[in-house]
Formats: sequence, structure tokens, C-alpha cells
Amino acid sequence: MSPNLINFIYLVAGVLFILGIKGLTKPKTAVRGNLLSALGMLLAVSVTLITINDVDYRYIVAGVVVGSLVGSVMALRIQMTSMPQMVALLNGFGGGASLTIALAEYFSKLGVAPNSMAEMLVPVVVDSSVFGVGAEGTFALIAIGLTVMIGALTLTGSFIAFAKLQELMKKSYGLPGGPTGNAILVIAALAAVVFVAMDPGNMVAMMAIVGLALLLGLFLVMPIGGADMPVVIALLNSYSGIAAALAGFILGNTVLIIAGSLVGTSGLILTQIMCVAMNRSLANVLFGKMAAGGETVDADEVYAGKVKSAQPDEVALMLEIAQRVVIVPGYGMAMAQAQHAVRELADAMEAKGVEVEYGIHPVAGRMPGHMNVLLAEAEVPYDKLVEMDRINPTFEDTDVVIIIGANDVTNPMARESEGSPIYGMPILNVDKAKNVIVIKRSLSPGFAGLPNPLFAMDHTLMVYGDGKKAVVEMTTALSQA
Amino acid sequence: MEILILLLALFVLSLFLGVELITKVPPTLHTPLMSGTNAVSGITLVGALLAAGSGDSPMLVNVLGFIAVTLATINVVGGYLVTNRMLAMFKRK
Repeated sequence: MSPNLINFIYLVAGVLFILGIKGLTKPKTAVRGNLLSALGMLLAVSVTLITINDVDYRYIVAGVVVGSLVGSVMALRIQMTSMPQMVALLNGFGGGASLTIALAEYFSKLGVAPNSMAEMLVPVVVDSSVFGVGAEGTFALIAIGLTVMIGALTLTGSFIAFAKLQELMKKSYGLPGGPTGNAILVIAALAAVVFVAMDPGNMVAMMAIVGLALLLGLFLVMPIGGADMPVVIALLNSYSGIAAALAGFILGNTVLIIAGSLVGTSGLILTQIMCVAMNRSLANVLFGKMAAGGETVDADEVYAGKVKSAQPDEVALMLEIAQRVVIVPGYGMAMAQAQHAVRELADAMEAKGVEVEYGIHPVAGRMPGHMNVLLAEAEVPYDKLVEMDRINPTFEDTDVVIIIGANDVTNPMARESEGSPIYGMPILNVDKAKNVIVIKRSLSPGFAGLPNPLFAMDHTLMVYGDGKKAVVEMTTALSQA
Repeated sequence: MEILILLLALFVLSLFLGVELITKVPPTLHTPLMSGTNAVSGITLVGALLAAGSGDSPMLVNVLGFIAVTLATINVVGGYLVTNRMLAMFKRK
């Protein structure tokens, strides 16, 4: 096939990816968009398979078989509550793919492949011309170095993110020196990239990029705690795209560049949306300590004698006479697997003529859109899932708000208490509603480590216990009423 | 060098297009967006196929290529399947 025809087909594939993402702008067209995108992938891969000749197909077939098997088992088995873990793993694999492509390209152009670590220590004398003519050679080497670096840090960073989400790693570790230690790693890795660009045969420098970037991925993500995970996942998503685009520069491949930059911008925009929703800068999420500064608030002082609790059947009586109820879900709903129970409660209320909507904070859950997917799984129509900016003005006309598994995103201190670490963070103004029901195991603080004055307000009732059990009991009581 | 500039132009324009497109995706679909873009980033499979093959390459290159093909395929297959699974939930009413 002529190179022009190949590139034309790659262009078609690129257009299909763009149409695919465009389809995702509306729930109605989203499925078709995903199929268009998959069609583009099929096209790009098929045309590549036809054009490569003189290849050892054993490696390709083995890779495709293993990859398809692992990929489909993951995709079909994963529970919707565990989607953040799945996306974290996919980010990591994307980074790993770019890393290994860049390394394969490097050793292949170098024309030597070390058989042992000892051989790797011996530099090969080559100049950059084997990677391209003149400046192109240097550029290709820089692209290889950067792809290796970003690919490697995405790989380890994503696995740490996975371990944290899966709660395999509960503590937070960091480099001594924190941001300074990370900055030193970044500078060292970039210096190694420059070394490789100047002396392409220096395999030690190439291995140094790999090692430093793998460490960097570990130390960037290890200090970051649970509720900041939406930012980390979005950022790693972006890195995996950038690595793919850079790999496109190495191979001079147009479709890699188009697809990679789309993924890169998608991750960056989601990162920014998450940061705005927490009123924090990206640097603060990555390196900052949330509770740094601000006067400490004594939980006992906030709660003492003011917190009232209720039983599910008492709540059911309130729900029965309500006209409008808003349900505010958080990560706790995912933990309790309570999404179906919540939908059933909403059904029972609607059967009694109550208007029910869901208020979704952008950072509720562990990844962007996490709550929406869970509720969609429970067959809640998507037009009932209302974003923060649109639901907030309606709280004053709401009779009852039911909060299940959310905490910091409802804390009025973010609005009122200027010294508070979360001051300025946009929250769901649930305290404006006539009655607030909080379903929670105990009065323990959320991720920010702060007491929530909402729990002590006059119109708030706490329902202690397992979220799913409490919701089911409310539904039963309401249906019998 | 001319090719390099063309590739760079493509890259920059794609970034701008990406911003325009992604900002229109509603928050409800942000999770499928992430898994869907995971699948798209599996386009590295194209690069991996080009790297895996060359018959006379040293073993190390073939092995690296095999790893790249495997990881990219997981992204493509896993990404599209799981996105489809999620979107099907949004579609039904």
C-alpha cells in the first residue's frame, strides 16, 4: 500500500475518534460515538497489520491474544463501584505501552541489543544520524527520552493509584523533602534525556531515565490520599495520552498524534474541573497538605449536645409528607453498594407523589462522574442527576435532603468559616433545605479531617448505621405507610 | 524537517480541538469519557505493531514489542468494552 493511502486511512481513523468523543457530549448519542471510535481503532490497526511486512507475527499474535483476553475479562467482570480502579489500571497500561514502544524503537535504531546488564554499561559509538538526519535525529532522541519518562511515571503512578483505591495501600508515604525531592527526580530524569540526545549510544543514561521516572511515579502518587484521587486519576489519564502523542512523534505517525493529544487534553480538562471543584490548585493537591494552617476546630465543641438522631421509620414519616426530596450521594454510597437501594427508595417516594432529584458534587466519589455511573447502573434516569450549580438554588424549596455517604462536600464551613482549610470550596448548600437527613456510621470526620457543623444543626437528623440497611428500612416503612 | 513541522502543526491543532470537544462533555458522562479515552490511547497498538515485528531485530526489541502489543490491546479491548457497558446503562430509560 502506498504511504499516502495509509496516511489517508489514518486520517479517517482520526476523524472517527473525534466523532466518537463528540458523541459523548450527549447521553443519547454516546453509545454510537463509542462504536464510531472503536471502528476508527479497527481501521487504524487493520491498515497497520496489512502494511507491516517482514515481521515476526508470533510476537504480535501472542500479544493480541493475551491482551484481548485480559482486557475483556477486566471489562466484563469489573463492578461499577470499582470503575476508578479499572481506569487507573488502564492509564498505567497506556503509559507502559508507550514506554516499551519507545525503548523498542531506541534499541532497534541503535542496532545493538545488550544481552546482559554488563553489556549495557558499555556505551556504543553512534551519532544521532541513525535516528534521523541532522536536527531531526536529535529531536527524535528527545521524543524517545520524554516518552520513556512520561510512560514510566504513568505506569508506576497508576499502579500506586490502583493500590490506594483498592485499599491495598492505606498509608501515605512521601520522599523526604516532599516536593523538593520530586523536583530533584524530575531534573535528574530530564538531564538524562539530554545526555541521551547528545550521546545516543549511552545506554546507561537511557536506563537512568527509566529508573528515575519509575521512582518519580511512585513518589508523586504515594503521598496523595483517597478523596484527592479524582485529580490524580484524571492527571494520569492525561499523561497516558501525552505519552501516546510523543510516541507518534517518534514513529512519525499521524493517528497517534491526533488520538494522543485528544486524550491528553481530556485528562487535563478533567483535572482542572476537579481542582476547581475543590478550590485548590493542582500543586496544592499534588504536594500540599490539606489541613495545613487554619485554627483547629474541636469536634466535641461543635457536636456537644446538639446532634439529634432518628430511626429510619421516623424518617419515612417525614418523606411521606414531603413534596420535594433531594438525595446527595458520596463515596460512602459506593462503599455500601447502596445505589440500588437508593433507587428503590426514590421509587417508593415517587409512588407517593414526591418529587425526587439527585444532587451530584463534581468530586463526589473517587473519579469524575463516579456517582453518575453508579446511579445509572441502578437505572436512575440521567436527567434526575443534577449538577451542583443547578441543584444549589433549589435547596430552599426542598423539604428533605438525604445525604448518604457524603461529608466534606456538604460542610457549611467551606462557605462561612474563613480560617477553615476548606474555606472557598464550592459545596452543595444542603443546609438551606427544610430538613436534612444524614445517613452515616458515626460522627467521624471526612477526608479533610474536619467536623461538619451541618450534623449539629437544628433541622438535621442523623441516621446511624450501614447506608444500605438504613435506606432499605426507610423504603419498607414508607411503602407500608 | 518539513515533516516534523507538519506533525507539530497536527499536534497543536488537535490540542485545541480536544479542548473544544471535551469541555462540551457533561459531568454525567465523565467516567465513560475517561474509559473511552483510555481505549483511544490504546492507539499505541499501531506503534506497538510497528515495533514488535521486524524479523531481523534482536530478541530484546521483539520482547519489548510483545509487551507493548499486549498492554495496548488490553487498553483497546478493555476500554471500549467497559465504556460500552457503562453507556448502555445511560441509554436505557
